[in-house]
Amino acid sequence: MLRYANPANFLSLAGVLIPLGAALSGLVLAAGLYMTFFVAPADYQQGETVRIMYIHVPAAWLSLFCYGVMTLAALGTLVWRHPLADAAQKAAAPLGAAFTFVCLVTGSLWGKPMWGTWWVWDARLTSVLVLFLVYLGLIALWRTIEEPARAGRAAAILTLVGVVNLPVIKFSVDWWNTLHQPASVLRMGGPAIHPTMLWPLLVMAIGMTLLFVTLHLMAIRNEILRRRLRRLSILAAEDGEARLRAVAAGQGAR
Amino acid sequence: MSAHAAFILAAYLLTLAVIGGAALAILLDYRNLRRALSKLPPRDGDEPRP
Repeated sequence: MLRYANPANFLSLAGVLIPLGAALSGLVLAAGLYMTFFVAPADYQQGETVRIMYIHVPAAWLSLFCYGVMTLAALGTLVWRHPLADAAQKAAAPLGAAFTFVCLVTGSLWGKPMWGTWWVWDARLTSVLVLFLVYLGLIALWRTIEEPARAGRAAAILTLVGVVNLPVIKFSVDWWNTLHQPASVLRMGGPAIHPTMLWPLLVMAIGMTLLFVTLHLMAIRNEILRRRLRRLSILAAEDGEARLRAVAAGQGAR
Repeated sequence: MSAHAAFILAAYLLTLAVIGGAALAILLDYRNLRRALSKLPPRDGDEPRP
């Protein structure tokens, strides 16, 4: 595993895994969408609107999963100074923001016909909005500090501060009286939804997770190339400066 | 046709736009980085370029 901590080894591994991940996530998502629209029944209360859940719930899981990945990467940056850790963390933040945004907006699109409102300031919705804002804050922080190693350490600290929000999101529906329903899949006593709805949901969740992993690998690869470009540009500028100094010194000697 | 078809359609189209947009942005970034790297001279001890 540590062998792939080397950027060159990571790039060669990513070259194999990215096309494989893209093909696999495409296939699983196609199967998931088929099951969502042609196999899963309409809900007896929600009717056809339940079909929004097959993207809303996986997006919600991924918004938390992505932050978990970033937390591990933050530990890798601060504790082990892993060479790829802050690249992995930086690459994950925009993806986490994208999945959290999808979760919030699809939830809102489900909420309007089912609850009669686009938004309520209940604990679950508000804590997910806070997660989205933390993702945006991390992206802004990366853009503010030019030197990647310094930016990585600052972002790692902010990521570890923000991790306190994850249990709040997960248990908000148990700790407070919320309009958002309690957990129906990942809960004590097993899933509370019928297998005809559970299987399409799980297939969609697997497909979206595979897609996230593939996009994350692609974004890490970009980050490695960006750092290489930065290093080579600095070296090329130093070479140019040295040549100019040599020319100036030659002219001064004449 | 469901009375809430517009909400369902909007949810799926928005997801496609956001996640598809993210994927496209990553692909374009990769293409631009490779192009910029190819313009710089390689150095001794440089790692192989993808």
